[in-house]
Order: sequence, then C-alpha cells, then structure tokens
Amino acid sequence: MTETTWTSPWAGLAVAGVAVLLGLVLASLDALVRGAPAPGGRPVLRAVTPLRAGARLLLERRRTTLAPDRLLRTVALVATPVLALLSAAVLPFGGRSVVSTSADLVWFNAAEALLWAAVWLLGWGPNAVHPLVGAYRFLAQGLAYELPLMFAIITVGVGAGSLRATDVVAAQADGNWFLWTMPVAFVVFLLGAAAFAFWGPFRAPAGADLAGGVLAEVSGVDRLLVQVGRAVFLGVAAATAAAWFLGGQDGPVLPGPVWYALKTLAVMALLVGVGRRWPVVRPERFADVAWVVLLPATILQSAVAAVLVLGGFYR
Amino acid sequence: MTELLVLAALGGVAVCTGVLVFVVDSMARATFSLLASFLATGAALLVMDLAYLGLLTILMMTIEMAIMAVFMIMLMMNPAGLVPMTMVHNTTGSAVVGAAAFVLLTVGVWTTDWPDRPGPPPDDATAQVGEAVMGDYMLVMILVGVVLLATMVAGIALATHRGRYDRFGPDLDRRAPDDPVRGGLPR
Repeated sequence: MTETTWTSPWAGLAVAGVAVLLGLVLASLDALVRGAPAPGGRPVLRAVTPLRAGARLLLERRRTTLAPDRLLRTVALVATPVLALLSAAVLPFGGRSVVSTSADLVWFNAAEALLWAAVWLLGWGPNAVHPLVGAYRFLAQGLAYELPLMFAIITVGVGAGSLRATDVVAAQADGNWFLWTMPVAFVVFLLGAAAFAFWGPFRAPAGADLAGGVLAEVSGVDRLLVQVGRAVFLGVAAATAAAWFLGGQDGPVLPGPVWYALKTLAVMALLVGVGRRWPVVRPERFADVAWVVLLPATILQSAVAAVLVLGGFYR
Repeated sequence: MTELLVLAALGGVAVCTGVLVFVVDSMARATFSLLASFLATGAALLVMDLAYLGLLTILMMTIEMAIMAVFMIMLMMNPAGLVPMTMVHNTTGSAVVGAAAFVLLTVGVWTTDWPDRPGPPPDDATAQVGEAVMGDYMLVMILVGVVLLATMVAGIALATHRGRYDRFGPDLDRRAPDDPVRGGLPR
C-alpha cells in the first residue's frame, strides 16, 4: 500500500496557507466580477478590495449586543474558519493529503455539515432578531442543498470505488475525468458549495433584506473570521471540485501542479461568473427545486455511475 | 498508550458534555452540549481507526441536532427560547432510569468476554463496513429502509393539518395547489 499522507510537520501549515490563498483568490475574482468599489477609481485595483476590506475589519471596533450568548457566539466565530481549514486537509496534492483516511469524501462532507451548527449558532449568539431569522433561513437552505450534495459526493465515491481522495484522483488518470460521466454531480456539487458558504444566489441567510442576517451583528475581527471562513470554504470547494471531477493534476505537457491550479481557477471562474449573475434564491423556492429536480437527478446520476462501474467503464 | 489516554479523554468529554445537557439553562446550550458529546464520541471512533463510522456519526449528529434545535425552540413555552428555563422533568424517575442504563451498559462492557481479532487489521475498514452491512444483511437493510420511509410519510401525513382537499379543492380539480408557501417550480 502506498503512502498517502504527508508526514512532514510543515505539511499542515503549508496546506492551511494554500487554503487561505484559495480563499483570497476566490474573493478577488468575486470582487472583480461583482464590480466592487474600485480604489482610486482604477478598476484593476478591484481585485485587492477583499484585502482592503479585511484590513479595515481588523481596525474596526467590535460591536456587541445586549445579553449575547458569549460562549456559543465564540464557538460559532471560531468554528467557521476552522472548519474551512479542516475541509482542506483532504485536498489531494501529488498523491497525498494532510489527512488521508478510507473516508476522505465523508470528511469533507462532515466539515461542511458542521456549518449547520456553526451558522445557526452565529445567528443565535447575538440575541438579536435579524441574525436569528438568518440562521433559520440557513437551516431551511441546508435541508434543500444537503441531500443532493451528498448524492453528488457519493457518485464520486462510486466511480472511484473508494472514498479516499487520492484514489479518486488516481481513478481519473489519462483524461478519464469524472466530469465527462458525472456532469450533474459536478453542477450539484458547485451549487451545494455556494449554498453552504451562503454566497452568490444562496446568500439569503445573510441577505440585504434581513439587514445582513447572520452577519448583521458581527463586526471587526469577528466578522473577518467569518468572512475568511466563507471565502476559504468556497475556494477549497473549488479546488476539491477540480480534484474530484477534473482529475486534479492530470493533463498533458504542463506539469501536474500547473494543471491543478489552472483547473481550480477555471472552476472558480465558472462559480463566480455564473453565481454573480443569478438573483438571490429564496430558501423555500430552492427547497422545492432541490427536492423535485436536483435530488432525483443526482440519484439518477449515481445510478448511471454505478452501471458504468458494473460495465467496467472506469479503469 | 497515548491512544488509550486520548480515548479516555474523549470519553470523559463525551460524558461531561452529556451531563451538561441537564445542567445548562438554555435550549441552545443544551442542544449543543449534546452535539459536543456526540462529536467526542465520533472523534473516539476516529481514534479507533473507524474513519467512516466516526465521520458519519459527526455528520449525522450535527444535522440532527440542528434540526432538533429548530423543533425544540419552535415547540417550547417561551418564544425563541431566550428566557432561561430548566432542562429536566420528572427528575427522580429519569435519574433512576439513567443510572440503571449506565450500570447495565458498563457491567456489560466490562464482563463480556470479547473475542480476539483473528487476523491483521484491514487496509480499508470502510469497505469492510460496507460489505458487512450490504452483504449478508442486504435484505434486512432494504426492508428497514422501506419501513423507515413509510414511517416518515405516515408521520408527515398525520402531522400536517392540510390535506389534498385543502390544496386541490373539494373536487380535487384545481390545477395548481393552493399552498401558503409557494415553491420554486412553475406548477
């Protein structure tokens, strides 16, 4: 059995750094596409808007509400970025990842499912109406995206015949990317990623109609933690999609890491380009679409993958 | 040795946070103490190299607790649950039942003659779990799955106060259902 875990003590730090970089790149792309306010009237500088906003949040004074649940609020604030970094632990780089178990796909799924608790607590903590309503919106949205997302992840596991992230990449060697046979799972995975980061069309839990929803009462460093967590989660999800559906480092001529980076950027561009062009979807509308259209579609998709496995299509 | 110590610590965390459920005075804290207890249990399974079972415990319990928080706060006496309240009812009875169950399980764990592992540990414990569940017990799993689904459908049918006559009219001839919350699909 080949070694699939990075044993160096620096590997964890390096991957955490990569994860933060992924988040930053995604936030910059997002600022470019969204048309964020350009510093000094120069549109090129839009890409640095997230950095400026982050620096401003660092200097901003923290606001607090009357009688907040301090313990649970702190748990929520810390949990969001920590879960985002944990989800990066199973990112496969060159046949290895920081954490490599026989259930890496479930690891990513669990990290993302823990957001249910973190975001609800984020809304509960401040003892205020708008965040609490936002928190319940997130749970309603969760009921919509979670099952289709799980079936999309299961489809990947079925195709690879393993739940280990490095095996998933190995199964797609020589251009046999899962995207070709699992387009529905790919799209649903990206929809799910946008929904669990409550970003783009799925930002209703933090919507402007709720005065910011779950983010209404977090400010300063607290807000920075949550926003970094969301961006990193979405960035890592894009890299994960590149590894699980686009073969990760697989590609001709260019070296593997370059291919991996290019694919991740392409997924991010797709995510941001499409996501920022959609209006906000209300959770109850999304729930209807998710259960009536997406769920049967993903079940069919996993059935197609299972039949292809039985027919010996993969490997 | 280290593994045993970590396991013991996780077990301690699981028991302590489990006790906290009955000590704290808010629904949210009780719910998330219980979640912390389950997370410690899941982490203990991870330490035992049962990656799939541990992660599945963490995943399912998180979603379960989040949904439980919704229902508990929806159904209890003070709106939104912001007023402190006691988390225990029928204190004596539940303490007796709890202590009895704890003693029974502990005695069972320590007195059972556990078999030794016949071979080396498997490379992929996840695949082994899958074979164990989906091999010999496939029929049982299919039956249980159908029974669970029937229970859920029946539960929803009994709980909802709006039937098909409310939605499609007395003669069931309405083209689009009359629902208080409109869905996202054109129907």
